[in-house]
Amino acid sequence: MTGAADHLLIAPIVLPLVAGAALMLFDERRHTLKAMINAISTLMLLVLAVNLLTMADSGAADGGAMTGVYLLGNWPAPFGIVLVLDRLSALMLVLAALLAMAALVFALARWHRGGPHFHTLFQFLLMGVNGAVLTGDLFNLFVFFEVMLAASYGLALHGSGPARVKAGLHYIAINLAASSLFLLGVALIYGITGTLNMADLAARIPQVAEDDRMLLHAGAALLGIAFLVKAGMWPLCFWLPTTYTAAAAPVAAVFAILSKVGIYILLRLSLLLFGATAGASSGFGASWLFVGGLLTLAFGAIGMLSSQSMGRLAGFSIITSSGTLMAAIGLSNAGVTSGALFYMVSSTLTVSAFFLLIELIERAQDPSMDELAAFTAPDEDADQDSEEEVGVVIPGTLAVLGICFAGCGLLLAGLPPLSGFIGKFALLTAMLSPIGEEPDSIVPSSTWIFFALLILSGLAAMIAMVRAGIRTFWAPAEGPAVPRVRLIEIMPVAFLLVLCIGMSIQGGPLMRYMDATAQSLHAPSAYIENVLEAPRVTRDNGETAP
Amino acid sequence: MELMLALGIGVLIGSGVWLLLRTRTFQVIIGLSLIAYGVNLFIFSMGRLKTNAAPILESGAVDPSRYADPVPQALVLTAIVIGFATTALFLVVLLASRGLTGSDHVDGTESK
Repeated sequence: MTGAADHLLIAPIVLPLVAGAALMLFDERRHTLKAMINAISTLMLLVLAVNLLTMADSGAADGGAMTGVYLLGNWPAPFGIVLVLDRLSALMLVLAALLAMAALVFALARWHRGGPHFHTLFQFLLMGVNGAVLTGDLFNLFVFFEVMLAASYGLALHGSGPARVKAGLHYIAINLAASSLFLLGVALIYGITGTLNMADLAARIPQVAEDDRMLLHAGAALLGIAFLVKAGMWPLCFWLPTTYTAAAAPVAAVFAILSKVGIYILLRLSLLLFGATAGASSGFGASWLFVGGLLTLAFGAIGMLSSQSMGRLAGFSIITSSGTLMAAIGLSNAGVTSGALFYMVSSTLTVSAFFLLIELIERAQDPSMDELAAFTAPDEDADQDSEEEVGVVIPGTLAVLGICFAGCGLLLAGLPPLSGFIGKFALLTAMLSPIGEEPDSIVPSSTWIFFALLILSGLAAMIAMVRAGIRTFWAPAEGPAVPRVRLIEIMPVAFLLVLCIGMSIQGGPLMRYMDATAQSLHAPSAYIENVLEAPRVTRDNGETAP
Repeated sequence: MELMLALGIGVLIGSGVWLLLRTRTFQVIIGLSLIAYGVNLFIFSMGRLKTNAAPILESGAVDPSRYADPVPQALVLTAIVIGFATTALFLVVLLASRGLTGSDHVDGTESK
């Protein structure tokens, strides 16, 4: 444990922090410079994330799951704050960096000039997301969660306008209330167990006295509600479609990761704290997650069918995917978890691409509908027009948009040959043949309900997408039918969709990675041991540093 | 002391929730602040209530039961700072909403 490689683990947090802080020093008028700094930092983040992913994956080759642990300030694990890197957090890092890259390139076309401090907030959002997936401490998780949310409040309002401010007001109020619940939950858990370190908690929960167990569960439930609000479980999700629709396209695209951060924490905590080894608390909340997930899935599917605008359709597809993931977590079965992880990556990339695509498509519609996209600052306009002539406009706009839209439709509905299908297929197969049980064991009826809902939600997505597609692409042309779409705007959409195609081509290696991730999540003893016994850094003379 | 604190937290959070459900943005922000105060007191109480006990240990052999738990005090400090910052941020959005819609209703329009 020497050299710069050890500090790689904290780099995904420090890099956006430094970049974001540096961006604040420059005047708003220096668009190009700010965009450059942001782009370089995001690109470096992507490289870092891929590096960490290979690091997390390679450790497994020489026996057991490797968990990278970074002791902040060199304090030993239960006393200091730790950062923990395992396969799941590495996966989330890569996913966040990919979405950020696509959204940023899209924003560079024009959105980044729609309001002040876009680049700064963007970097701080990434810092919050990266921190939340890397931390191994509950209170530290709260801090990173708040960093992420504070940046997201700013970004949700980016571009301003009454619709955004109204949606943002509701979004902030709900999240502030949820943060209070988060704190209550953390405080209760600390009051019972006397620790905030996740690994230490997992080791202590089986020994909690019987009288205190109710309080512990109450604390965990309060904590869970905070994440369920973020992940969008019915009935806590009514804010989600409105906020995401009102947000600027690149912002909505990067927000797709926020609900997945909620899912990530649910997955992490329910398997670590209330997994098979948790004694009397084992499986706590799993049935709630399962039932809530089913309700969310049904609500999302109905919402998709009833959506009149494509923005809301995309918002409800986030809810559908959250519902699927929650129900899958609720089943707590390694095979299902592995399929769910694949599905999560695929659906996040798809929804993100869809949000970007929607703005391009809606530009073709009645200009008055484009009210949201109009900038409020009038002095930007002159600058805007002259530059728009320079940008490369792609030929055959409608054909390209149509192909991308069809790709999104296939992915959302989970039809072959794209990765949406593989994710759902892996989920369904694992549900019917649970690992580690007798082959002829009966599949419980609740699983069949999930099975049916998952397929029906795919059908609902298909119907909704086909209807929206017909209305948009086959409608008789009136007014300015063909939108001006620049190369830099369609590239991120294509990039995300190509990633999804890549996921189906590389399905085998990816599924192996997801399987390994799920296996180590369901056997958290290695994680706990690695964190609690992480060696402190020693000076050359053998003494431990401060 | 326990009863006093429990009642205090209950009153703060109860009135906070009531205000949070009101229709005016100003009531909502005051409600959120009250809830935050209640939550902060709650975190503090999770370190067990003690009077005349220092949170910092002296060197040498000490009896931990004579000291207050320093962790919740550190947590509550962080929570206060974050809560203050987010409330200020919310206040700005609230003013923006008032300016853009001309109404202080949470939905931006008066309910008919």
